[in-house]
This record gives sequence, structure tokens and C-alpha cells, in this order.
Amino acid sequence: MFKQLDVDQIDSVQIILDGQPLQVSKGITVAAAVLSNNYRYTRTSPVSNSKRAPFCMMGVCYDCLMVIDGKANQRACATYVQNGMQIDRQQSVGPELGANQ
Amino acid sequence: MKNHYQLLVIGGGPAGLAAATVASAEGISCAVLDEQATPGGQIYRAIESIPEQRGKQLGSEYLRGKTIASEFRASDAEFYAETKVWSLNSEREVGVIRSNEADIISADQIIVASGAMERPIPFPGWTLPGVMQAGAGQILFKSAGIVPDNGVVLAGSGPLLLLLAWQYLHAGVEVKALLDVTPLSNHITALPKFPRALLAHQYLIKGIGYQIELKRAGIPMLFGVSDLRAEGEELCQRVCFKHSGKQKTIESELLLTHFGVIPHIWLTQSAGCKHQWDESQQCWRPEHDEWGNTDLPGILVAGDGAGINGARSAEHAGRLAGLEALFALGAISREERDRKAVKDRKWVRDERHIRPFLEKYYQIPKDMLATSDDKTIVCRCEEITAGEVRQAVREGHDNTNQVKFFTRCGMGPCQGRQCSNAVAHIVADEGGMPVEKMGHYRGRPPVTPLTLEQLAGLNKEDVL
Repeated sequence: MFKQLDVDQIDSVQIILDGQPLQVSKGITVAAAVLSNNYRYTRTSPVSNSKRAPFCMMGVCYDCLMVIDGKANQRACATYVQNGMQIDRQQSVGPELGANQ
Repeated sequence: MKNHYQLLVIGGGPAGLAAATVASAEGISCAVLDEQATPGGQIYRAIESIPEQRGKQLGSEYLRGKTIASEFRASDAEFYAETKVWSLNSEREVGVIRSNEADIISADQIIVASGAMERPIPFPGWTLPGVMQAGAGQILFKSAGIVPDNGVVLAGSGPLLLLLAWQYLHAGVEVKALLDVTPLSNHITALPKFPRALLAHQYLIKGIGYQIELKRAGIPMLFGVSDLRAEGEELCQRVCFKHSGKQKTIESELLLTHFGVIPHIWLTQSAGCKHQWDESQQCWRPEHDEWGNTDLPGILVAGDGAGINGARSAEHAGRLAGLEALFALGAISREERDRKAVKDRKWVRDERHIRPFLEKYYQIPKDMLATSDDKTIVCRCEEITAGEVRQAVREGHDNTNQVKFFTRCGMGPCQGRQCSNAVAHIVADEGGMPVEKMGHYRGRPPVTPLTLEQLAGLNKEDVL
């Protein structure tokens, strides 16, 4: 859905996205990293279990909540990627059931 | 970070940076708090590190931010990056989270420069992944050099749509269509405001220039579009709409929408500042005077968080608020304040010229503001539909807050940021009352999530 321009010119860090290691640009937000890696949704909603993805990218819609380094309900758009960061799709209000097991 | 400053500025966009730059020149202790890693706000996001090529694609208005950021860096003001503000009260105590720890710091003067957010307009399918706000597309482009790779449909109303289409065009992104939902009747109702807008002809010329370039590039621009919706199996697959009396569909996994911007007022609300309904801008904003003073002593507002006037205006308003804070602190005299404010006061007035026209021209149609389709989800968090809100009104809940208590609409993690305005419009529409009488959701701290651990850590010194 999104692509990173000038890939050859950027420094990268490694994140672990749903258990898979992935090289992404340094200094970008988690939401930017997942969207540019063909990750179409980042959580399922607690009410209807429908798929959701980042919507506003500026910290006001809370639709990009993910499990980051084991902590649920983190705004992916307001969190910057770090080397070794573990990022998981969120199911309802917690970690996705059965993920990383 | 100290536990007390003479001036604290919340928000590092053009208003906040300009306020801190002018205020710190007089030797007071001053700090700017911002959620992002670098100064600039959403409008000048990543302005300090933008590669030259990308800066060109984003345009000259964006590059203006370089000057503001470098002047700020050269000042004595401190900058606290990746700092979230979770509360502000009338005693001018500010709750912050830094490096995962909560703290409370205070100040003699506080300037809230919280900026704007996209006006959320619920429409069928707006919760599907692949439907995002235009501002989100711009933020991805500015901050990370990330753009749509499989084409994009832009839809809505307002100058940002044109600008984003122009920026994408220059970055080689396929813009499948630009769907303008502005009612064609607005072209006529906005006419009386046009003569004053001519005083700000530079903006009009820019807008026309974008349109010509987009047209030349062969980007389909459809005006008078209605019945916008996104459809797809769990994800956005196509954009459907009505144009010239016909139903049309465009296959697209990405739809970026824009319906103007509104002030982000959660912090001034939780501080207890008085707010008023702005009929022309169709939003609530904090009440304030020319200098940015709210009704609470020592709490000022500046920039789009105080009312939508754009980035240039924010810069001037920021300086005015900075000078007013200096005057309140006794660092400069009233005469000095007035003398230093002459140009900015004039520029703020000049920047207003274009606004009444833009506000009228890009006024969102009522059926979109008040979500006429009953099945559309209004509250993205609690998944409450427009029909459920209307039902609550019919059962006697006749204001925004009552509907919230009754339906849970606005009680999810976003704290009502995405549905407050829509609910006010729906309740007003269903009850036959003016929107300003409906009220805004009551805002309370924490305005950003805070863990019990962070809260408990606040008084660690007392405990030890």
C-alpha cells in the first residue's frame, strides 16, 4: 500500500514484526514502518473484531494501537522504532492470542 | 528538565517555536514540550532532516519551516522531545511523560500551542484499513519519505487535498482521482467573501496553480461529488460515490480523505478554559483575546489550537503570545510589548483575509457533518452508529454528553476526539437545535494514556 522512497540512502534498524525480523529506516515511527512493509492492518477491534489500521498518524485516533515490547495499547504512530524492538499486532485489547507461541 | 519554568510552551509547531524563540530572548527560563523527536509540529514535520529532493517535492510553504526551526535552535529555549503531556490544570501544573516516567512540572506562564487535527467526518467504510486521513499521508511523506505505491484516491474538501495531490504528483505517485465533495452551491454562497480574499491573492494564485498542474498531468478531478463510501472485504478495495447523477466506482486499496482541520482542544478543555462554537469554522475553540490570553490567568493559546488560521498565522500568533507572556512575567513593559508586536499584529490580520472565503467555500455539506446514513459508525472506538445516536436523542437524551453516557459513544481510547463533533451535529439535527447548544464532550485528564505504574511513580520521593 505504501513504499519507502530512496531506500538505498537510509540507515536502517532491525525490528521484529510478528516474530519476523525486518530492516526498516532509522528514526521513523512504528506505524510508518509497518505500513511501508505491506502490513495492511495493525489490530482487531475489541467490539466487533474488525480489522483496523493507522488512520490519523498524529496520535489522536488511537486506531494504530499495537503491542510494543510486550506492552499492549501503544500508539504505533507516536512510538519511534528502536533496534531490536518487538512489535506485534494487537487483538482486541491485548496481545494477539497464539502469537509468538 | 527542571520542575519549574517561567514559561512552558506545549507544542513545537510554528506557534510554539515562535513563542519560545521570542520569549527566551529576554533571559527567562523557557522550555518547549513536544511529542515528536524534533521541532516543527505536523506542518513542518522532519523539517531539520528533510533530504533536499523531498523538500522540493513538498514545496516552498513547507520549507519555510526551516527558518523557524533554526531560529528556535539558536535561542536559549530548551526543547524536550518525545515528551507527552497528559494534563494541565488552572494552577499551571503540567503532567508529562518522558522516557516512560510521569512527572508534574509547573510554570508561571503557559502557552498551549497544540495545533490542529483533521476534522473527522464519518462516512460508510471510513473504519476500513486503507482509509486514512490526508494529513496521515502527508505525515508519512514528510517524516519518512513513505508514499502510496499502488495508487491513491483523494477525497473530501479543502486546500490540503490539492496540495497533497500536487506533492504526490511530484513524487511520482499515481493519483487515481481527486473527488471534491464541496457542494457546488458553495461556489455561490462564498462569493460575497471573495473580494476580501483578493487581498491574500498569493494563496488564491497558489491554489489555481496547483489545479492547472494537476489537470495538465491528467489527474481526474471531479467536483460536486456526493454519497462517498469505501467498500471492501475487511479492507478497503474500492471507493464508491455519486457524480453528475451517476454511481461510480474506482478500485483502490487506499483512500485518503480531508474535510478541513479543527483545533485540538483536549488540553485546554481539561484545564477548564472556556470554549466557544465557531460557526464559520464549524468547530469549538478556546476563547482568547488578541494576545492569546484565555479566561484562565497565565494560560495562553496560539496557533491552530486557538482557531484555524494556518501555519503563517500561527507563527505570528506565537510571537504575540510570547510577548504577552514576557509582559505578564514583568520581563518587558507594556510599551515594549506593543512596540515589538506591531508587525505580527498586522500580519495576523493580513493572514485572516483569505479565511472567511475558504471557510464558506469549503463548508462541508450538512448531510456529511451530521452523518445522514444511520448504519455508519460514528464512534470508531466503541463502534456506535449514527442510528444509535439518533435513537438516544429520540429517547430524550438531548445533548452530546448525555448521549455519551447513554451509548458509550466517545468513551473509547481516543476519548471522543474522532466523534465529538459528529455527535454534536447529529444530536442537533435530530433534536432540531443549534449545534453550539449541544456542547462538546467534557475533557478530563489524563488526555493521553498513563499507566498505573507511571501514576504511582509520581510521588516516589515522598514515599522513600
